Amino acid sequence: MMKHHTLSRREFLQSGAAATAGLAVGFHLPTSQAQVAKSASMAGSAEINAWIHITPDNRVILKFARSEMGQGASTALPMLIAEELECDWSKVELSEAMYSEHIKRNRLYVTTATGGSRGTRDSQSYLRTAGATARVMLIEAAAKQWGVAAGECSAANSMITHAASGRSATFGSVAVAASQLKAPEKVALKEPKQWKLLGTAPPRVDIPDKVIGKPMYGIDVVRPNMVHAAIAQCPVFRGKLKSIDATSLAAVKKMKGVSDVLEMGEYVAVIGNNWWRCHQGIKALKLEWDVGANGNVSSASIKKYLQDGASKPAGVAKTVGDFDTVYAAAPIIHEAEYYAPYLDHAPLEPMNCTAEVKDGMVTIWVPTQSAEGSAAAAARAAGVAPDKVEVFRQQLGGGFGRRGGFQDFTRQAVELAMKVGKPVKLLWSREEDIQHGHYRPATVARVQGALDKDGKLVALMGRVAVQSILERVRPEALKKTPQGTLDPQGTVSFDDSAYAIANLRAEHFYATTHVPVGFWRAVAHAQNPVFRECFLDEIAAKAKRDPYAFRREMLMGTDDTSRRERGILDAVAKAADWSKPLPINQFRGIALQDSYGSHAASVVEIEKRADGKLKIKRVIIAVDPGHVAHADAARAQIEGCVIYGLTAALYGEITIKDGRVEQSNFNDYRMMKIGETPEVVAVLAPSGGFWGGMGEPPMAPLAPALLNAIFAATGVMHRSLPLSREGVTFA
Amino acid sequence: MAVCEINGRRVDFTALGVEGEMPLLWALRDELDLKGTKYGCGIAQCGACTVHVDGEAVRSCAFPVAACGGKKIVTIEGLATSVNGAASKLTRIQAAWVKHQVPQCGYCQSGMIMAAEKLLRDKPKPTDADIDAAMSNICRCSTYVRVRAAIHDVAKSA
Ligand code: FES
Ligand code: FES
Repeated sequence: MMKHHTLSRREFLQSGAAATAGLAVGFHLPTSQAQVAKSASMAGSAEINAWIHITPDNRVILKFARSEMGQGASTALPMLIAEELECDWSKVELSEAMYSEHIKRNRLYVTTATGGSRGTRDSQSYLRTAGATARVMLIEAAAKQWGVAAGECSAANSMITHAASGRSATFGSVAVAASQLKAPEKVALKEPKQWKLLGTAPPRVDIPDKVIGKPMYGIDVVRPNMVHAAIAQCPVFRGKLKSIDATSLAAVKKMKGVSDVLEMGEYVAVIGNNWWRCHQGIKALKLEWDVGANGNVSSASIKKYLQDGASKPAGVAKTVGDFDTVYAAAPIIHEAEYYAPYLDHAPLEPMNCTAEVKDGMVTIWVPTQSAEGSAAAAARAAGVAPDKVEVFRQQLGGGFGRRGGFQDFTRQAVELAMKVGKPVKLLWSREEDIQHGHYRPATVARVQGALDKDGKLVALMGRVAVQSILERVRPEALKKTPQGTLDPQGTVSFDDSAYAIANLRAEHFYATTHVPVGFWRAVAHAQNPVFRECFLDEIAAKAKRDPYAFRREMLMGTDDTSRRERGILDAVAKAADWSKPLPINQFRGIALQDSYGSHAASVVEIEKRADGKLKIKRVIIAVDPGHVAHADAARAQIEGCVIYGLTAALYGEITIKDGRVEQSNFNDYRMMKIGETPEVVAVLAPSGGFWGGMGEPPMAPLAPALLNAIFAATGVMHRSLPLSREGVTFA
Repeated sequence: MAVCEINGRRVDFTALGVEGEMPLLWALRDELDLKGTKYGCGIAQCGACTVHVDGEAVRSCAFPVAACGGKKIVTIEGLATSVNGAASKLTRIQAAWVKHQVPQCGYCQSGMIMAAEKLLRDKPKPTDADIDAAMSNICRCSTYVRVRAAIHDVAKSA
């Protein structure tokens, strides 16, 4: 079921033919002190293909085209190239792939987007092929010089060797000749068992700079003549500025360091020479907003609307067998309604972008998950073609999906730069960041199921009432049904479950509110697994079935998906010693969920304390991503997902009152800290044969495993998140 | 008069025209161009802005320039020099951070490291409870497991 994005050899090597020695293709370092500091100098290098440049003194420079947001992509992706290239990994240098080059040379780097846990799985094929192709060309160039058959030569550690004659040559010495050869049409990739680098854990290339405070993030950018901007956006989404109180406006304009106050429609900006001074200005302005029709909307009204939606037939995404008939006649049935709230991404670095508009060219310095997305937003804001934009991707102080599809911060920075006529660094305050997110949508799910007399699940219906995210970014993916529109993301977990269930129906109620929604880490897999996997524990309990055995017997198919799901469920059960009873007052829950091409399962162990508090003792997460590129970065993603997911389950909620977000900062949008962190057991169980994601899949089974553990401990299934609102307290 | 020492250099905020109410964070970042100290919340909640003021770990977003007079301030940029006396070396904590591959996005890590330096100076062999109490920084990427391991590793070799 994994789809590999494969390109024809021509597509990704289209640059190869045009390569000339010493061509440092349009790559330049910006003059700002905070920039793409890691980029290697390309001077004198030969371009073997889009991804690989080699200098005469044998420096191997690999291009990195995606975003580094802490997931280790800037190490893992070059490893994919290096494995096949047979270069000396310890001497590899990285160079940022520039957006302008990408566009000018017909999407040279395929894509710059980094999201959906796609970095490795979508690029592994063309990156490994690029490495293998270059290796073949280098060997061919050396063989020609020696007058021997290429087949007699081999490459390792950036050297080509002809064993029969004992001759050897560095990659650098034949790089120019190799760059002039025709790229082979077909190359064979190594078998995974031949890998030397992939699957290991070399130190991440981005880490040394991160322990010395090197300026590398968007917030650190400085440009000559740059001014700062702080903004206030209309607190009610979709509203706009009505007026600024004249007295406060006059006072702010006179404040130290403030050079301008700009009315920008849905937001107001204060421009100045220091961000804090701008921010003081924003706070001192008395603003009146035209909030439009949404000033009465609240979390309660939205929840009620979603509950209504979930209580009547909605768009059918999938149907198998005859749910209604089987459900009506079954000896044991169960029904439950679940709720998950809005959630904000809150990466620790607030939204920001620096923009400069000059002579019809727009330049942006931005921490982005998509250079192309940022460029498109900048081009639209400036009214120029996308090839009139240059993007300097900065390190991201966290992304989690916030810095991809929705580029409001980029648009605003460009609008302000045009208005001011100078480079502008726009930084949102934490409050703006939390109150103007693109939230994980609030969701209500109604789930019904039936067991036969042997306690086997024979019918399942999941109806999910949730806003569509794709409506704003990919409306062509929406489907029309007789019952209404549906977003295929709405019913994940129900319409794509590997469980063998003879009668199944998945429905989506297409909700619409004024609250903007977006791709929060794991997207629909952040909440839908709760609805499915907690329901399974509830209904299994009715038949007094063991939750692990109950799931496993539905995964006995011989197809790849069933086999992998069963495998990862077994792996987590084994790591958790599921067959052995826990000590007194300790309880556990299990859950399973595939997502982003990977399979993941979790066991959460909790302790019930005498004072009624619960303690999360241990979280075990097992992931089968098929293959692992960088083993330690993969483990770090599991560790990260545990806390990101637990924070949401325990505390996370964005609530709406009077049309606006009630939370504003980390004092009321609570984050887990080190003292609350349980022991994490990360189990990597790659079974081979496919490539799945790693940044989101570990989150998917976590929350249901926790809720199932609490259910086991207390007999109560908390069907509404977060747990803090349910009165559940943790030690 | 807000004259202080930052990373071993004398800084006269008054002469630089920096108002006393400005939080040290923004004086460091936007006036002195010391960008290693980060803004995460502005209300002393996250610890991304942690620096040392006369040896204490201080959240610089809530510490005004007016309070800096006569103080010795160390930021992440001056940390290795202040600890090792040589600009080129990492402190043992920074080295442990590399060894344990602690940072993910890295944005919180300046503050994490400044807090850890202070903890280990006070308690060379901290217990888990000591770590929990001293390390109240927020890491949205959740590097907590490794932060703890790296601190214990440094303590072991102390
Ligand atoms: S920015 Fe100072 S504590 Fe968060
Ligand atoms: S490493 Fe990203 S916030 Fe801590």
